[in-house]
Amino acid sequence: MIGLENASVAFGPRILFKDIAFNVPVGRSMAILGPNGRGKTTLLRALLGFQSLATGRRFAPKVAGYVPQHGSSQAKLTGLEIVVMGRAVHLGLFGQPTAKDREAAEAALVQVGACALADLRYDRMSGGQRQLVLIARALATGSPALVFDEPTSALDLGNQSRTLELLDSLRLRRDFAIIFTTHDPNHALAAADDVLLMMPGGGEISGPVDEMIEPERLSQLYGVPMRWVEVSGPTGETRRAILPAFAGIEAA
Amino acid sequence: MSDVVAEPVAHRFSVLRVGVFGALVLALLAAILFAISAGRFSVSVPRIIEILIAGAFSPADSLGAMDERIVLLVRFPRVLLAALSGAALAVGGAALQGVFRNPLVSPQVLGISQGAAFGGALALLLGFSGIILLGLAFFFGLAALVLVGALARINGRTEVITVILSGMVIGALFGALVSIVQFIADPNTSLPAIVYWLMGSFSTATWARLGLAVPGMAVGLAVIFLLRYRLNLLALEDSEARSLGVNPDKERWLVFIAISLMTGTSVAVAGIIGWIGLVIPHAARILVGEDHRVLIPASALLGAAYLTFIDTLARTLTAAEIPLGVLTALIGAPVFGILLRRHFKEVNRA
Repeated sequence: MIGLENASVAFGPRILFKDIAFNVPVGRSMAILGPNGRGKTTLLRALLGFQSLATGRRFAPKVAGYVPQHGSSQAKLTGLEIVVMGRAVHLGLFGQPTAKDREAAEAALVQVGACALADLRYDRMSGGQRQLVLIARALATGSPALVFDEPTSALDLGNQSRTLELLDSLRLRRDFAIIFTTHDPNHALAAADDVLLMMPGGGEISGPVDEMIEPERLSQLYGVPMRWVEVSGPTGETRRAILPAFAGIEAA
Repeated sequence: MSDVVAEPVAHRFSVLRVGVFGALVLALLAAILFAISAGRFSVSVPRIIEILIAGAFSPADSLGAMDERIVLLVRFPRVLLAALSGAALAVGGAALQGVFRNPLVSPQVLGISQGAAFGGALALLLGFSGIILLGLAFFFGLAALVLVGALARINGRTEVITVILSGMVIGALFGALVSIVQFIADPNTSLPAIVYWLMGSFSTATWARLGLAVPGMAVGLAVIFLLRYRLNLLALEDSEARSLGVNPDKERWLVFIAISLMTGTSVAVAGIIGWIGLVIPHAARILVGEDHRVLIPASALLGAAYLTFIDTLARTLTAAEIPLGVLTALIGAPVFGILLRRHFKEVNRA
């Protein structure tokens, strides 16, 4: 559905990645993890066609539902107007959005549980509210592919949790191909089927989430010791989380 | 629940908008009637309407009286040319500010005005006027735009910031060329003509000149009007716009060509009239907001009314006609200063 085939990207002599290949079919969700500066954002740009490839090719639908880290609209438009922009590909160069496009936008806001944001001005929203509006806009494109650039990085813990729940509920609908980048392996555990690790110094490995998210690989990925910890929930059930040893302190 | 709340809010806004547009249309009509009536030979409003109706139905035999000749041959074409130029300059400014995501740009930024000014000055130096002047102004306006495009295209991609910087470079180049033309012009004949023309004026307006100006301005206005929703999308960052299926590189150029058509034509028929493209879109934004679907028509109406009114002041305030560019700058600069302060006060509060 959406992916790359033997793709390489180079800025002059500097090669960001080489011969990268993956494919996310409809019904699967893939998390991309990697250290800073390894090229996660460039990989997404290449996937969306904003970045030209030195070799290889990309396959993607004409428009993918893209959720940027920060929306760039400066205009004093309402949340609904921002979501309606997702219909652009259906409008054509001289087209105007119709009542039908507004209905599609309202439906997308309902899907992310943000009807209340329809009439609120986008420039007055909080980071978490903007994120929901941008996700609704991606859904309003009608594209089966959804691409999120670090959807949790600028959010507080409550909003991170809500965003992950939303990502997981979209995954469980099994009618989207979802790709997101993140810095927290626990977010991959929470909302992904597959994981692509962009290893330091080059080379990528990918596979199902329980093969990729394990202490040895992640210690290598981030250069910090990682270990599993058991977390018990309020009703007594236990879940596993993977944590780093920050500042030499063995977590948990 | 939220839908129930949403309905009245949306309704109230649209009622407000209809009111604003009604007021703008009335302001334009008032400016036009005032402009035709005012002057050394004043004509009453009922008489104007009578003359215009007579002129529309039987143009041949309605030019007997003095007031008929003044209204139909002198003032009416001048007023229409001023209104059309005002609409074109304001819409050009509003569209450029959207595409550049920057409220401080205007058609001068792309070097179009300076290119067109060089073309017009060259025509006057060589002793031409009329259609050759218009042709040269339009040609060099477009040439400036093409040069900006060639200079700003790096590795197959055109970024907004390189377009602005290239526009400054090309504008400065054509500004120097205009100075050279003035330097070698005959101080007794062509130099005053060039200087006066560059200051801007509608005093030479005739039906023939209006006929020259209409095609370029009408096509430019129509293209921008059709693109009014697309301008909302082009105001996003390039990567975000691209992700929504927009091709910002190509579609921006369509906007630029439409703007250069309007700007080149207006420079050719009336010289450089600054500030309209900067002040009017700001005022329109205060009235109707930033959605280009309403901002573009509001800018057109407000620009037309404003330039019609300013042109009337230019020819009636003193015995000799004040150059239009001087008046628009004298009024535009302080107004713009106030708007700028208000804008940044609001930004700081947010």
